[in-house]
Amino acid sequence: MWANAARRLSYALLVILLVTIGVQALMAMAPGSVAEVILGEAATPDAVAAMNAQLGYDRPFIVQYLDWLFSALQGDLGVSPITHIPVMDAIMQRLPVTIELAVLALSIALIVAVPLAVLSATFPNRPLDRGINGVTSAFLSIPAFVAGPVLVYLFAVTMKSLPALGWTPITDDVGENLRGAILPALAVALTEIAAFHRVLRADLIGTLREDYVSAARAKGMSRSYVMFRHAFRPSSFSLLTISGLSLARLIGGTIIVESLFVLPGIGQLISTSIIQRDVVTVQGVVAFIAIGFVVINMVVDLGYGIIDPRVRRAPVSKKSSTTANTPGKAVSA
Amino acid sequence: MTVVTRSISAISEPPVVRFGTPVVAPPKRQWSVLVWFSYFWIALVVFLAIFASALPIPSIDEVVGPPRQPPQLGSLDTLLGTDGTGRSMLSRLIYGGQVSLVVGTVSALGGVLVGTALGLFAGYFRKGVDWSVTLVADVLLSFPALVLLLAITSIFSPSVPTLLVGLALTSTPTFIRLARANTMAWSSREFVRAARNMGASDSRILLREILPNVVPTIAAYLPLVIAALIVAEGSLSFLGLGVPPPTPSWGGMINAGATEMRTSPYLVFVPATVLFLTVFALNQAGEHLRLRFDRTLHD
Repeated sequence: MWANAARRLSYALLVILLVTIGVQALMAMAPGSVAEVILGEAATPDAVAAMNAQLGYDRPFIVQYLDWLFSALQGDLGVSPITHIPVMDAIMQRLPVTIELAVLALSIALIVAVPLAVLSATFPNRPLDRGINGVTSAFLSIPAFVAGPVLVYLFAVTMKSLPALGWTPITDDVGENLRGAILPALAVALTEIAAFHRVLRADLIGTLREDYVSAARAKGMSRSYVMFRHAFRPSSFSLLTISGLSLARLIGGTIIVESLFVLPGIGQLISTSIIQRDVVTVQGVVAFIAIGFVVINMVVDLGYGIIDPRVRRAPVSKKSSTTANTPGKAVSA
Repeated sequence: MTVVTRSISAISEPPVVRFGTPVVAPPKRQWSVLVWFSYFWIALVVFLAIFASALPIPSIDEVVGPPRQPPQLGSLDTLLGTDGTGRSMLSRLIYGGQVSLVVGTVSALGGVLVGTALGLFAGYFRKGVDWSVTLVADVLLSFPALVLLLAITSIFSPSVPTLLVGLALTSTPTFIRLARANTMAWSSREFVRAARNMGASDSRILLREILPNVVPTIAAYLPLVIAALIVAEGSLSFLGLGVPPPTPSWGGMINAGATEMRTSPYLVFVPATVLFLTVFALNQAGEHLRLRFDRTLHD
């Protein structure tokens, strides 16, 4: 298992390295320079060149990259030339909001999807299952930017029960904080509910066909005991993978809801810095998110070994087979 | 918006004949009402988008009535109401659909071309090629799609070509993985070995033996990916970073309507319904096609 973990870790490091090079290259391709943004359109070419030299943007690409990499390794992602706030501080200040939203959305999705999937798998292809399938496939087609305004209309405008925008820090008032977070979290959770339901239902139906499930039933154990004690755990691996992947989608989704509900999270940081053409901040945030995502996926990969002893004993390259058919993480919003 | 499929590991096991186990019948996917409706809706949207300029609808920036008029029967101009400046919602929706469909389809096709080529090479040659192609896919996948798109649009100003490149880039890894997995499955089959023993070149095996078998699977995933890309484009437009303003887009219309939600909710509900129905229809159609043509699900 440890050799396997070490291999995963080194691969993840390689991916992270390439990701940061990619981000740096993307920023280097940007037309115009940071200096032009700071100095404005009226700046003379000489002033721009001087500013670029001062900021170190006239050096070769590889030198700039290594410089950025070594400061990033020390937790320094640079200072925004527009707001003069260190990028790392800006991220850390906003990270709790985004993490809270993502975790809340993930919990909502799991709390709703798991019972639905168990129901579906207990009565596969019956009217109940078909009904649940119909509803969840509708959920799958409701992106956050559609769900957000509609939820605001239902709960904030019509029922006036929840606030439409604003954010109370969780340290101030937990109840108020949750009231403000529940609508945005629900808006991004809808698609996840559908995804989780599908994956868990398919796996549960597969597991319930196994011989050991029949054996347990034949011994007289009740349906629900077999479902939860025998079938649930081996069926939850795909769910685990997809929850890891869904964090990436949730980050995408929170960008949307943070802009809609005016929440001070990472998403808002990235969209405001894009509008201000604050390349340094964009670069830092994108690299930060990408690294976070690689790390989460690696942890999920290793998590397999903890819940599934079969993986622990036989470290076959399970990665290729489990990820090969989950193109879900490729396209998300 | 996501493309969700079952994990391949569950399917690749050899079929075991069991006795005494109650076998759950595989779902009978017939042409249900929903699938019929989905194909009808897709055909309708495509038809309206193609013949938009020939339809008797006002142009996108023509003021046809007082602003924020709710949908009403009687006049085609105000059938779906008017927006904040009195322009016809109907024609803006139709022209916005044009943009969404073109952007979604073209970028998905771009992703298909690049992704299939890379996936074929990776799955066929294995070893170093496979390793590096998988690495490329993994690197592309480490950016959440919307973040990657935002980064690209922030660097190159938002425009249709930028969008196309960005969306194609986000859909490429999906197709790399699909093509790779399918190529691996097919290249161990007898007819491929037979072709190789008869002295066929690699390019002949790839193009004449494997590619024709991989294409149906990939084509079956196209509607799902197009749906996802339409959502991604909508999200960008919703943030004001999609197709630049004079051109209408569904995401942009929802964004514009969201600010006037309290007084005229239909400004959001009309484009939201259209977008939902289109994405839903594409997902249903994609699911239907996938179950018919995705060989990895059957054998």
